Amino acid sequence: MRVKLLYFAWVREKTGKAEEHVDLPAGIKTVAELIAWLQQQGPEYAEAFRRSEVIRAAIDRTHAPPGASIAGASEIAFFPPVTGG
Amino acid sequence: MRVQTADFEVGAEIAALTAGRSDIGAVVTFTGRMRADNAGQLVAGMTLEHYPGMTESELERVEAEAQARWPLQASLIVHRVGALKPGDNIVLVVTASRHRQAAFSAAEFLMDYLKTKAPFWKKEIGADGRAAWVDARPSDDEAAGRWRRPPAREG
Repeated sequence: MRVKLLYFAWVREKTGKAEEHVDLPAGIKTVAELIAWLQQQGPEYAEAFRRSEVIRAAIDRTHAPPGASIAGASEIAFFPPVTGG
Repeated sequence: MRVQTADFEVGAEIAALTAGRSDIGAVVTFTGRMRADNAGQLVAGMTLEHYPGMTESELERVEAEAQARWPLQASLIVHRVGALKPGDNIVLVVTASRHRQAAFSAAEFLMDYLKTKAPFWKKEIGADGRAAWVDARPSDDEAAGRWRRPPAREG
C-alpha cells in the first residue's frame, strides 16, 4: 500500500521532512502499527516517534486514534498535541 | 472561517457579519492575543504552523457543531498563522444570536474545541533567541471536556 505521510511541528523537525510517499509492507493495519514500523526506519524516525504516546495522527485529514484502521488511506499525518488558539 | 497570515480588525469583522441583519440581537467576540510571557519565561516572538486542508475542515466542523448546539444567526473564526510578536492578534471568534446566552456559550465552545482539535502548533522564540515548541495544556482538554455533556437549548 502506497501512502503519503505528513509530519508537523517537532515530528517534522525530527524526521527532517515535511512529507514523503512510502510503500507500506502488508500487515500494517492500524495507526499504532504504522508508528511501530516508522520507529524502525532509521535513527531520525526512532527519535521522532520515541514518545509514541504523545503523537497524534490524522487519516485523510480527520483525527484518528492509535487503533484506527489505515485501510484505504491516502494521506496520514503525524503531529504533537495541537496548541492553537 | 479563515486561516490567514494577515491581521484582522474586530470591528470590521463584526460589521461584515451583521451587515443588513435585523434578526441579530447579540454579538459576542473573543480575541486571542500573544503575550510577552509564557510559563514564567519572556517570549520575543512566535511562529504558528498548521496543517493546510485539515485546519479548514476542522474549523468548519466545529462551527457546524456550534450551529447545531445553539440557535446562532451567524458565526466566524479567523486564525492567523506564520510569524507573530507579543501584542499581535492570534485568533478571533465571533458568534451572533437572537439572545445573548447562545452567543456567549457558543463562543466559549468554539474556543475550547479549536484549542484541542484544530491542527495548529506554536513555536515560541524566547528572549534569549532559543526556539521551543509549546506544550499542550491539560487544562485545555478539561475545558473542552465539559462540553461533552448534553447542551442546554436556550434562546
